[in-house]
Amino acid sequence: MTARTLETAGIATVIIGSALDIVTHCRVPRFLFTDLPLGNSLGRPFDREMQYHTVETGLALIESVDGPCVVISDLRWSDDDSWKLNYMKIDDSNREELRRMGEENRRRRKQQKAQGLRRS
Amino acid sequence: MRETIRYMERTRLFYEAQGFDRSYQWAHFDDIPFHRPDKPLSESTVAIVTTAISDDDRETPMISRTARSIPIERVPERFFTDDLSWDKVTTHTDDRGSYFPLEPLIALQDSGVIGRLSPRYHFIPTEYSQRQTIDSDAPRICEACIEDEVDVAILVPL
Repeated sequence: MTARTLETAGIATVIIGSALDIVTHCRVPRFLFTDLPLGNSLGRPFDREMQYHTVETGLALIESVDGPCVVISDLRWSDDDSWKLNYMKIDDSNREELRRMGEENRRRRKQQKAQGLRRS
Repeated sequence: MRETIRYMERTRLFYEAQGFDRSYQWAHFDDIPFHRPDKPLSESTVAIVTTAISDDDRETPMISRTARSIPIERVPERFFTDDLSWDKVTTHTDDRGSYFPLEPLIALQDSGVIGRLSPRYHFIPTEYSQRQTIDSDAPRICEACIEDEVDVAILVPL
């Protein structure tokens, strides 16, 4: 949404991110998708070559495309894609914990509301 | 293309497992704004937009965080990312370079690929309320970018 606001104001934008479905659902001007874990969209930690390459590729879109685009980077986190199972995984080992987290979340929101802190 | 993670579905199921019965409605728009740059990248001022906050602000509750523009000299060695939704099982955020493009942009400035790095970088909170983002946070960042004569912005959400 921020990219859309900037673009409308005449500032060319590129998003570099790793949530393909979320960003394409929103519809943004330029998106470089890196199939990497959330939190490391530019590249593996301490892998400067990968990180620099990603930034250069993203910036290149500013001049090279004539309209909205989604570019899929060919970078890989590892040869094995099993890491993709990790994020927000739900199984018998954490169902009860998640239920408790939900209760705590609702309790905290109620408390914040009582303190006058609100989502708008 | 290899199968990518379906974050929208994962998020829905995750919050259902926590007992929330109303799914988050992800932002969607019919149109896509697009601006062709007025000048080459080599003459452009480039700004960074991040969703990570500096460690100084870690005590601010998520619900109270608002967009901020911070001098680039004050980029922290380490951002506070603990309460953001990144993949904490697979990886870590100990390396700022994995999500904040400061060093590559400095190198690209030095080599003349970009004109200059903007004097400020910008924090935008990961906000549940789309209205807050559209009506308040994004315009605030936009105003700051205009003040800094930014031509290009790189946004890297965590």
